[in-house]
Amino acid sequence: MEATKYTISMLVEDKAGVLNRVASLFRRRNFNIQSLAVGGSEQPGLSRMTIVVLADPAQVEQVRKQLDKLINVVKVTDLTDDDMVARELALIKVAATPSSRSEIIQIVDIFRANIVDVAAGSVTVEVTGDEDKVNSLFELLRGFGIKEIVRTGRIALTRGGASSKKIPSTKS
Amino acid sequence: MKKTGAQILCESLIKEGVEVIFGILGGAILPVYDAFTQYPQLRHILVRHEQGAVHAADGYARATHKVGACIATSGPGAANLVTGIANAYMDSSPLVAITGQVARPFIGKDAFQETDITGITLPITKHNYLVSSAEELAEVVKEAFYIARTGRQGPVLIDIPRDVQQEEAEFIYPDKVDLPGYKPVVKGHPAQVRKAAKLVNGAERPLIIAGRGIIMSQAYAELKELAERAQIPVVNTLLGISSFPQNHVLHFGMIGMHGLDYANMAVQAADLIIAIGMRFDDRATASTANFAPHARVVHIDIDPAEIGKNIRVDVPIVGDVKNVLNMLNKEIKVNTHSEWLSLLNKWQRVHPSLLIRESSELLPQYVVRQIYEATQGDATVVTGVGQNQMWAAQYFTFIKPNSFISSGGLGTMGFELPAAMGVKVGCPDEMVWSIAGDGGFQMTIQELATIAVENIGVKIAIINNGYLGMVRQWQELFYGHRYVDTRLWNPDFVKIAEAYEIPAIRVRHRDEVIPAIYKAMEYDGPFLVDFMVEPEENVYPMVLPGKSLSEMMELPRPKRVSKAKPKALARS
Ligand SMILES: Cc1cc2nc3c(=O)[nH]c(=O)nc-3n(C[C@H](O)[C@H](O)[C@H](O)COP(=O)(O)OP(=O)(O)OC[C@H]3O[C@@H](n4cnc5c(N)ncnc54)[C@H](O)[C@@H]3O)c2cc1C
Ligand SMILES: Cc1ncc(C[n+]2csc(CCOP(=O)(O)OP(=O)(O)O)c2C)c(N)n1
Ligand SMILES: [Mg+2]
Repeated sequence: MEATKYTISMLVEDKAGVLNRVASLFRRRNFNIQSLAVGGSEQPGLSRMTIVVLADPAQVEQVRKQLDKLINVVKVTDLTDDDMVARELALIKVAATPSSRSEIIQIVDIFRANIVDVAAGSVTVEVTGDEDKVNSLFELLRGFGIKEIVRTGRIALTRGGASSKKIPSTKS
Repeated sequence: MKKTGAQILCESLIKEGVEVIFGILGGAILPVYDAFTQYPQLRHILVRHEQGAVHAADGYARATHKVGACIATSGPGAANLVTGIANAYMDSSPLVAITGQVARPFIGKDAFQETDITGITLPITKHNYLVSSAEELAEVVKEAFYIARTGRQGPVLIDIPRDVQQEEAEFIYPDKVDLPGYKPVVKGHPAQVRKAAKLVNGAERPLIIAGRGIIMSQAYAELKELAERAQIPVVNTLLGISSFPQNHVLHFGMIGMHGLDYANMAVQAADLIIAIGMRFDDRATASTANFAPHARVVHIDIDPAEIGKNIRVDVPIVGDVKNVLNMLNKEIKVNTHSEWLSLLNKWQRVHPSLLIRESSELLPQYVVRQIYEATQGDATVVTGVGQNQMWAAQYFTFIKPNSFISSGGLGTMGFELPAAMGVKVGCPDEMVWSIAGDGGFQMTIQELATIAVENIGVKIAIINNGYLGMVRQWQELFYGHRYVDTRLWNPDFVKIAEAYEIPAIRVRHRDEVIPAIYKAMEYDGPFLVDFMVEPEENVYPMVLPGKSLSEMMELPRPKRVSKAKPKALARS
């Protein structure tokens, strides 16, 4: 079956070793993580994880159910079919000479990105958006010479009023 | 009043109803053992290898439906538990394993006998804990037992640093757990149940595949009601043996790689499979591509992740078997299915999978059959892994609920002896037969000492074929008879038993079998019988790897016994 990108959002207990339990499950079940982002949530004691996986529908169903079985995982949502807002942040360090700098600034402006650091031979660009936007900016800047890049991976929430304070999903 | 971590642990175990704990001590768990002296109601059984402790706790749990408990020290002690924990995990056996850990300040420093046992057991436990203070210990124990015995049961490990065992804290045993991420579903969804009932009521050739979930849920009566009400034939998986009486007219045997012909044929002919508490393991389904090609599938399982994992399902019902069947039975119409049943009965006559061939040699099937005849099924059979396991499954008629205990998912050789020990400790009035392989027996043979010292009255039948028999069968069938290192040189098991002060006899001939079995049963205490069986007997029927259940190798091949020689002792 065709593999597609799925975004899985999870609320997990903020306890030692939980990230390891999640990552270990992916490895053991032979599922591939494309990106993983984790940080605090609106609920004390709970963190929110956003994981992007490349999988076919049956696989993603297994991932979701297996994640749900982890005792420290409170809620798992597969956001792919939901209306979601997804963003990624990237920092791109581009080689810059006095002559190329203004051209870089122009591109950065078009993308509504920011320059967050300027040094003798480089500028560092901060960009937020979906992966396509980050990728396009990256392509345009590539010609100037990319020195380093770091990306957070996708973070995502459902659009509109839905909140994650719904009853935790049932599990076994 | 303040108590030490060790005392808190003991008190908590008692609160959880633990009566017996199997283990071996060592430095990192000494404070707990020291506290045992204050709690005589906790019986500690000293085993001779930690694998024995965990298999014993596993056997105890399977036989009693209580949570089994075992305990070990850090490092090597904890590591020795691993195989047994993996075994319990695969077969969803509820147990709590307690390990000592190096003191907190030493964690992460590669301290003496430090092993990251929570890391190691992450994928083979339902959950595990590294306890960080005496204060949280009671809550952890409460949660561990709750997790082990609810939902889909399984093993939980608690790793306790030595200084936590010595630290003092207030002992308050919580009366409930707070686990926001853990809410097992036990009640079936009414709409799903109705859909299933509709399929069952409309089916012409329905078939129940009974799995171990029925035993775990103790839903024997509910299963019987379903089968009898609508006259639905029942087959079972290996671990579903003894969920439904095998002498019942609706019973048609075990399915799978070594299932009976007519059971597998029934699966392939059915128009509806009602899979109850079974997980479509590949040994049970054979090739899934052509599994039950004409059937729709209703799957009842407590674990949502099992639904649709291996087999496409038409109507899933997530919930506890007992609950779900209670709901379902109310909607099932009386039926006779007489055509379907007479077809199955015909197949049963035409393909008598369980005939024992004529032979002057002592056949293993005959031995198992005679143990059945002698006990009339009033016994619990604990098996090893391999041919002995398959013959035990095929030739004993299991009538009593939960009377077959075996390592299915992991297939752990060496399970037979310590697990039988645990069963007997849990059910002292039960006749317990360990049907052992000569290979597997030697993997945990040291537990003869435990059995002798504690006078645990298990009856041990070694199916001594002088081979790692199941592997030899594969070498014969798929590797051109090249018996690379499957021939076993064995010690004299009778002398070994006697060295442990366990009475034992050897049986070489058919006519000695019955007297030996009676002698073993009449003896008040453990007893070993070494059955020297035909070495190159094979297990049939057999579905060859990659084939579907319709393609069985039915008839035993003509005998062509080569009798590979065992490796001679180097000194002789
Ligand atoms: C040498 C060898 C040969 C083998 N050959 C065969 C063979 O020919 N045929 C065969 O069938 N097996 C065979 N096996 C065993 C096989 O590997 C599996 O262990 C077995 O098929 C599993 O049976 P099961 O699905 O019933 O039990 P389990 O693996 O224990 O699964 C139980 C299922 O029930 C569910 N469950 C648990 N509790 C409940 C509850 N309260 N309510 C509802 N659901 C519940 C669980 O979630 C799980 O899905 C063999 C093993 C060995 C070692
Ligand atoms: C711990 C372990 N090691 C290896 C195997 C692979 N294996 C499966 S059956 C078998 C042979 C078992 O020999 P024995 O205990 O004598 O039983 P038999 O098949 O001869 O009845 C082996 C080696 C296993 N299942 N478990
Ligand atoms: Mg053998």
